[in-house]
Amino acid sequence: MQFFFEVLIGGLLSGVLYALVALGFVLIYKASGVFNFAQGAMVFFAALTFVGFQEVLPGWLGVEPGGAAVFWLALILACLAMVVLSIATERIVLRPLVNQPQITLFMATIGLAFFIEGLAQGIWGANVRGLELGIQDEPIAWMAERTGIFISSFDVFAAVVAGVLVAVLAVFFNRTRVGRALRAVADDHQAALSIGIPLQVIWRIVWAVAGFVALVAGLIWGARNGVQFALTFTALKALPVLILGGFESVPGAIVGGLIIGASEKLAEVYLGPMVGGGIDSWFPYFMALLFLLVRPEGLFGERHIDRV
Amino acid sequence: MKRIQRSLLAAAVMAAVSAPAFAAGEQYVGLPSYRVGPYAAGGSGIFGGMIDYFKLVNERDGGVNGVKLTWDECETEYNNARGVECYERQKKNGPTGNTVVHPLSTGITYSLIDKATADKIPIISLGYGRTDASDGRVFPYVFPLITNYWSQNTAKIKFIGSKEGGMDKLAGKKIVNIYHDSAYGKETIPVLDAQAKMYGFSVTHIAVAHPGNEQQSQWLQVRQAKPDWVILRGWGVMNPTALKAAAKIGYPRDKIVGVWWSGAEEDTIPAGDAAKGYIAAGFNVAGANYPVVRDIQKYVYAKDKGNMEDKSRVGSIYYNRGVVHGIVTVEAIRKAQEKFGKGKPITGEQMRWGIENLNIDNAVLKKLGAEGFMPPTKLSCANHEGSGLVKFQQWDGKQWKVITDWIESDQKLVRGMIEESSAKYAKEKGITPRDCSKEM
Repeated sequence: MQFFFEVLIGGLLSGVLYALVALGFVLIYKASGVFNFAQGAMVFFAALTFVGFQEVLPGWLGVEPGGAAVFWLALILACLAMVVLSIATERIVLRPLVNQPQITLFMATIGLAFFIEGLAQGIWGANVRGLELGIQDEPIAWMAERTGIFISSFDVFAAVVAGVLVAVLAVFFNRTRVGRALRAVADDHQAALSIGIPLQVIWRIVWAVAGFVALVAGLIWGARNGVQFALTFTALKALPVLILGGFESVPGAIVGGLIIGASEKLAEVYLGPMVGGGIDSWFPYFMALLFLLVRPEGLFGERHIDRV
Repeated sequence: MKRIQRSLLAAAVMAAVSAPAFAAGEQYVGLPSYRVGPYAAGGSGIFGGMIDYFKLVNERDGGVNGVKLTWDECETEYNNARGVECYERQKKNGPTGNTVVHPLSTGITYSLIDKATADKIPIISLGYGRTDASDGRVFPYVFPLITNYWSQNTAKIKFIGSKEGGMDKLAGKKIVNIYHDSAYGKETIPVLDAQAKMYGFSVTHIAVAHPGNEQQSQWLQVRQAKPDWVILRGWGVMNPTALKAAAKIGYPRDKIVGVWWSGAEEDTIPAGDAAKGYIAAGFNVAGANYPVVRDIQKYVYAKDKGNMEDKSRVGSIYYNRGVVHGIVTVEAIRKAQEKFGKGKPITGEQMRWGIENLNIDNAVLKKLGAEGFMPPTKLSCANHEGSGLVKFQQWDGKQWKVITDWIESDQKLVRGMIEESSAKYAKEKGITPRDCSKEM
């Protein structure tokens, strides 16, 4: 039973990491109704830009590498880079496509993904880098001693970060004017424009927030597995989370992440050996498919009722 | 504005259609490289090392007996379809066509076996590719040099045996094989099972789905199994993730032994402290203090002609592996010239002869400044693998340290399995194996 709980808790904590990536998708979808295929590439770009600045700043400033000043300055510069990327995306990619069918916007994000991947490697190179956040990814000693359950302090840290981020975003969307404007834009571009909502400003804001979320996800995933191209694959982990939690719901991303994380780990440990293992790549999609049959809009997604 | 647009378009079209020019009397090698995409770090390191070695031979020696080496790169992004496209694009370049192909991808190697055999262009799959292609009677144009995966695996078990105090001490031990769930990852399962039977240890195979950026459940299974040793057969992001996951369950890293595609700086640096103590196999070592690497610094980088954007990677595992690729290529060209005419570019078919008659012994290695850098190796018509020697290296937190001498693989076991597998392939394809006694 202790092993079962260890797998379950580990799965839930992994799920929070998936939810972090899923959040970026949700933000863009909420504001534009577009599934942003480039979210994985943005995670990669953000993390690579952060470690890239960490590498070059000591040379520029003449300080020792690895210091707190370099860390925070790199973080600020990476944030700014994501804002610039967001403004450029709105200006060059999205603005010409206002009022176009959503599939057109989706296709544009596919192109954007390839562009961002190339841009990141073009600027910072393709080397694999380590990323140190100063949080040990090792079992919490007192918990291991008392319960025999190994829970990583890094996973707990990531869960807290994701929790804070979700709380802030939930307040932003539900309690602020900008948040309400975002939701109006998502419902209907033309209607939103007709009542004076500045569509371009809204898109810039939401892409910038999604960029910030990508940076947080990139830092956490990068600290875990290294900053490398494979960060773009984190998007694959977020898709079933979105299907399950709903594309438009911030809390849905978290709940979906927890369900997917726990179920994929339990399935891999208890069902995997029966079918040759390695099932955690497709099991979440299988779960999501089953869920689609019962609740197509996801757990927290908005149910659309169209009048005939 | 329109005029500028038209000029740019015309320039782009011209650039696209004009083939690169290669002078007569040069030896052309087409390089299907990958410098972007998920495996760019490996591609840029290995192709960078290989190109730097070619440059060294041109700059220092004036080429191979006066024949300058020439090359161009074609980006594959580690994609099979692009690999085949690059092969087709490059095969007729140069005065004698493409001399040799280094696909640097097991998938591309598989895709090219039939084509390259028909075109008589040898494929060197150094440390990867199809293991049973070591049987040159069935695969005349494929060379899985210097040590294939099965040989490496037997050396790994020998290493573990030595750590346990002898091969007889392996009986009753538990080994977990964590593998990338792909053809590459599964390649060593049969040989591991055969060795488990032979030495009496138990082996549990645990698959990790591509890309392997989440492995918690697999390592919890490791924790439950309580193995004496873990064999890591990963690739790319799977490797640092595995080391981090091992640290999370408190599994000692000095009991994890990786394949050489899990044993570069790119696999350990991202894992930080979690990689300290981890051991990996290798057919080349890390370090810039070998005469061959020092010569590259002196003749290539000092003249600002180096291929590596990040010069600190010179001497890294991948870079040095690229230098090994360069050495075997150049030495095979040299050997072929001895038979087919010094100072003249050779064809792919002649290159095959050169590779089959390659004998890089310790004296040659010393002359090349690569003693201890790579193992001595000797090939033949039947043996397309070579020496099958492996060293083991341990990550000390900052760099790889060699911890063994060259360890011999169990060729008795491996060769038997290779011949069994290649005979099956020959039967399927209707190939009549070459009679090597008639080959000169």
